[in-house]
Amino acid sequence: MDEILNDIDRWRSAGQRVAVARVVDIEGSGPRDPGAAMAVNEEGEVAGSVSGGCVEGAVVGEALELLGGRRDPGITTFGYSDDEAFAVGLTCGGTIHLFVEELNW
Amino acid sequence: MTSIYEEFRDAIRAEEPVALATIIEGPDAGAGSDVRPHPGAASDVRPHPGAASDVRPYPGAKLLVRPDAPTLGTLGDPDLDRVVERDALGMLDAGISEVRHYGQHGEARQMDLSVFVECHARRPHMVIFGAVDFTRALASQAKLLGYRVTVCDAREVFATKRRFPMADEVVVDWPNRLLDRIGADLGPRDAVCVLTHDHKFDVPAIVGALPTRVGYLGAMGSRTTHEKRTERLREAGVTDSELERVMAPIGLDIGGRTPEETAVSIVAEIIAAHTGRQAPRLRDGQGRIH
Repeated sequence: MDEILNDIDRWRSAGQRVAVARVVDIEGSGPRDPGAAMAVNEEGEVAGSVSGGCVEGAVVGEALELLGGRRDPGITTFGYSDDEAFAVGLTCGGTIHLFVEELNW
Repeated sequence: MTSIYEEFRDAIRAEEPVALATIIEGPDAGAGSDVRPHPGAASDVRPHPGAASDVRPYPGAKLLVRPDAPTLGTLGDPDLDRVVERDALGMLDAGISEVRHYGQHGEARQMDLSVFVECHARRPHMVIFGAVDFTRALASQAKLLGYRVTVCDAREVFATKRRFPMADEVVVDWPNRLLDRIGADLGPRDAVCVLTHDHKFDVPAIVGALPTRVGYLGAMGSRTTHEKRTERLREAGVTDSELERVMAPIGLDIGGRTPEETAVSIVAEIIAAHTGRQAPRLRDGQGRIH
């Protein structure tokens, strides 16, 4: 969270709404530990990261859906799966669970 | 009135320990494989303090927990808040961020709610006794891993900030006196490394560190040195079970020789101690170290 605070402050003081995605759990190997976070503003600007760059693009999509009212806050999972349920995966083969919410607290 | 986010942000910036608990799943999602939140959970409904009785736990609800300041927010149930507050303080102590499961009123072994606790613990503290060449390398290595580093030696010609510019603090004092002052603050994430090679300093350092909660206690020296040191520690009243806590000879068995290589072997042993991995420790082996 530490490394994204300055961007969040800048966006909020400019009147932007902000979504935050945080790693809450990892299975197998994951590049970032629980607590790693990225923030996305309404214009799709990004701060921080939740993986080694594997899923950030998809997270921006989820964040914009949330800010646009097209999805609820909640858990989003990325990772390898036998049934290929996940369109976006981690090259390391792990699975990460993110909690996506608006920063309105 | 400042928001939970602002309090959280300010604590992180001030490097004050803080934990943020967030309900990420529940109350109706259950323990199955459904990872979607309960639909209709409105994240913009903030429970009003004092009106908790008509608020149920919902995804996004937050509790901000700090060891030295009042807890803020609510997860929607006073009993749940109390249990999560207690758990968050423990997690903060251990430096763990993870998901815990609870019943709606904080019951253990129930899966109604998933709560993510994000911990920002204070930096771990490494106290190095002995202002020697190995100390310089170990202090640098510890800084790389995010430790606050204190170097302590009773000999003022050696213990200078100039010789250890990387240390956060250089203290000229006897080990037992420093530990009398700071011992109560040492916890499971902290480390005490005794590098003095001199019983006169080693023994009070180890004796002073044993009653603390420090997570790692290591002492440098050959096997012969450590045998002699062990005799003196026993004479000083140290029990067998207390001696079990002392990692000596210090470090992993990677054949390190130089101060820099030895520093890697020491911090690697500390990492393995935290993760519980069975890396080959010098203490558990036999024969020469080099």
